[in-house]
Amino acid sequence: MTPDWQDLDFGPGDDEEAAEFWPTMGGAEAVFPRVQAVIIRSLLSQLAERIGADDDEPAGQADALEAELGLSGSAEPPDDPVLARLLPDAYSDDPQASAEFRRYTEQSLRSGKIAAAQGVLATLPAGGGKVTLNDEQCQDWLRALNDLRLALGVILDITEDDQQADDLPADDPRSVYMAVYHQLSYLQQSLVQALE
Amino acid sequence: MSTAPVEVQQPDLGQQTKVDQPWVTIVWNDPVNLMDYVTYVFQRVFGYAKPKARKLMLDVHHKGKAVVSSGAREAMERDAQTLHGYGLWATVSHDT
Repeated sequence: MTPDWQDLDFGPGDDEEAAEFWPTMGGAEAVFPRVQAVIIRSLLSQLAERIGADDDEPAGQADALEAELGLSGSAEPPDDPVLARLLPDAYSDDPQASAEFRRYTEQSLRSGKIAAAQGVLATLPAGGGKVTLNDEQCQDWLRALNDLRLALGVILDITEDDQQADDLPADDPRSVYMAVYHQLSYLQQSLVQALE
Repeated sequence: MSTAPVEVQQPDLGQQTKVDQPWVTIVWNDPVNLMDYVTYVFQRVFGYAKPKARKLMLDVHHKGKAVVSSGAREAMERDAQTLHGYGLWATVSHDT
């Protein structure tokens, strides 16, 4: 993912505090600083585009019919490691069963993830500010924030629980992602707690 | 020829169900998914009470994986797909 927000002033020194959800009667609320809203919107747009991208051969006529029926999913795991994590094999020891499962379900899994990302984009103002969510919108946010963290986890090569920002050298260009990753973890945790 | 009443053997439905449903959904440990989030997903997806959901989450965390549901293969595939929608790393297999 391209960090087109990297020039923005962002970090612990930022005046505004990172958003945190609190419970409401039917869902949750939070107030987002502009910078955080810009970052989340940018990353989620890119992720949704990546999930929607077809990494298979161009569709032929037979494929077009299958697409109509929602069966156009590939039988092969995606080459993109981010997509491979978001769209995992359903059988750990049976490649044939995995391929069959993927063929019938991957398209709808992709659609669901894109819809969740769009649900966030529809409720998070580009300039930041207050976000009020009902229960259904909270589910979109939970799923989309988690997908984003999974994607960053692949990019950052997170393999241990509670991996910290200082695990990366300071001059590693990915360190900005690590800061975003931890901010997203904090945000997602607050949303889970708001829903309990 | 008289036919003696034959004792009809009733199928043991409980046993039968077990034979027909040797499938399970397994969730694997993952360094990214938050513990409270995983607990929440188990409650939301399966309707489990919080203590059960939390115990399953801790099994995943400490043992590397846990069986979160069992039943017919089609139902387990639906569970796995729902869990993939939430970003959990779930697989389907025969009962272990």
